[in-house]
Amino acid sequence: MSEETMLQHAARVRHQELLSSTGVKVCGIAAALLPFCIGAFLMIRGAETFFVFGHSLTEFLTSGVWQPSDSIEGGGQVGAAMFISGSVVICFLALVLALPVSLAAAIYMTEIAQPSTRRKVQPLIELFTGIPSVIYGWIGLTVLIPLLRKIFPMPFGFSVLAASIVLAVMIFPVITMMASDAMMAVPNSWRDAAYGLGATRWETIRTVVIPAAKTGIFTGIVLGLARALGEALAVAMVVGQMKKFPTSLFLPATTMTTVIASDMGSAMEGGEYNAALWTLAFLLFALSFILIFIIHMVGKDKLKEA
Amino acid sequence: MTATDTALRSGAALSSEEEGLARAQQKRKMSGFMTGLFYAGAFGAAALLVVFVGFVIGQGITAVNADILVSLSGIFFNTMYLVVLALFFSAIWGIPAGIFLAEYARKGRLTSWVRMAIETLASLPSIVVGLFGYLVFIVMTGSQWNLMAGALSVSIITLPMLASVTEDALEGLPPYYKLGSLGLGASRIQTLWNVQLPACFPRIMTGLILAAGRGFGEAAALMFTAGMSTDIDWSNWNLVSQSCPLNPFRPGETLALHIWALRTEALNPNAAEVAGVTSAILMLVVVIFNALARYVSWRMEKKMGGI
Repeated sequence: MSEETMLQHAARVRHQELLSSTGVKVCGIAAALLPFCIGAFLMIRGAETFFVFGHSLTEFLTSGVWQPSDSIEGGGQVGAAMFISGSVVICFLALVLALPVSLAAAIYMTEIAQPSTRRKVQPLIELFTGIPSVIYGWIGLTVLIPLLRKIFPMPFGFSVLAASIVLAVMIFPVITMMASDAMMAVPNSWRDAAYGLGATRWETIRTVVIPAAKTGIFTGIVLGLARALGEALAVAMVVGQMKKFPTSLFLPATTMTTVIASDMGSAMEGGEYNAALWTLAFLLFALSFILIFIIHMVGKDKLKEA
Repeated sequence: MTATDTALRSGAALSSEEEGLARAQQKRKMSGFMTGLFYAGAFGAAALLVVFVGFVIGQGITAVNADILVSLSGIFFNTMYLVVLALFFSAIWGIPAGIFLAEYARKGRLTSWVRMAIETLASLPSIVVGLFGYLVFIVMTGSQWNLMAGALSVSIITLPMLASVTEDALEGLPPYYKLGSLGLGASRIQTLWNVQLPACFPRIMTGLILAAGRGFGEAAALMFTAGMSTDIDWSNWNLVSQSCPLNPFRPGETLALHIWALRTEALNPNAAEVAGVTSAILMLVVVIFNALARYVSWRMEKKMGGI
């Protein structure tokens, strides 16, 4: 190969290198900008409620009167408090139902089961994070609701309780996976030290393993909450979509996601109803963003400690 | 020291020993009780989950008949087509993004910020992503509901999965793969393309399969983007026609969305059976994809273990 062709070749390689590294960087940065882009779009549409239709933030967050007019003129009322409280109540109930079982399963997997049993159980639980939410909703609708109606004195079966149970089943694998990962990461020498001091298995779990894994468990809880908060269709299928405050376990309610899922399609583009729904969507985005931010802050503290 | 003193002291020792034994026994009981609770929790949950999958598939099998399968074939095709499109888009964006995180981004504030943003994307509610897709791909382009808009929305959801799988795979590779190639005079991109990416292929493949499973089950992101109607004609191969199966710019309902739509279907007398069969098919697809991903990574582990 002559010197000239070698030089040409080197130039071509450099050119390739420059092109590809630029491409890769653009893809990476663009992916990072995407969530902010989503937030910005939702905010622009959601802001119409306040700046075009002149509602106040306090009205939106605290009023219980939801009567936006489906027109460009506006003039209705956009109190979304019942959807927000519906979401919050149902999420926390789901968490209360799922957390004890999740912790028990995680403790069983890491502290009690033989490694061979764990290798069988873990893939099973991972599989459940991948089951489509509409299937949970459908089974909730056809199996859970008739069952609840038989057990409890409730008029419809569609209820806050049904939605919480469906969500609890959905977030159970998320919390279990995170918690068991965190417990697995606790060094075995710590357990041995506890046993060596005469602690029983329960004492070791309670005083050594759980405190050491608490950051991971907390992350799992927050991730589970984020998933529960953002779930739309499974909840919409069982919650009953009645536009009132979640006052009873046995009565229907509505959440932020379900009102968007059911009404966005029919609300007129550019109208007040439409704008109010976009505001709810932005609120949903902001809440999930905050939850994820909390996870990161907690994770950072852990890094500092170590 | 008097005799009474000694007697008292030994008595005290005796009673504290007894106390200690009683406490130890109580502790053992407590520990056994809690262990029982953990067993019950874990096995109760596992049993519930197994029964759940079994029930979904079982009720589908009992309700299935040829008519239902024919009515679902178009929707099944839509789902496959949409998932393939979505994976294509999220692969050509997500894999480079993962390469950026693993190879090009310097460790520092920017990288941790980029990583956090991508993780944020992974846990956004899918209905929020769907609304964004509706705004950008439907309202802003002025088009009707179409498969392409649905595929792009789903690709936003699977993008972070592919980015993090690629990043993990590249970082998990032994450093001598890269160093050997660079030492032989290969450029960075040549190393990536000829050495690192081929070695990472099984892991990226696993990620793609899991992402496909996710795409299959997605419904909330498609409600306002892909539409809820399917009108395809298998004899029409004119790509710009609205009824051509391969035209990505036609509306197309997917399996998961079909279940949601059937919930309120009053016109169709056997809506419940159709929804049952649909959820069984979805469940089977998800189980198969999961098993496939597991198989691929198991094969890889076996192969890598030999090195």
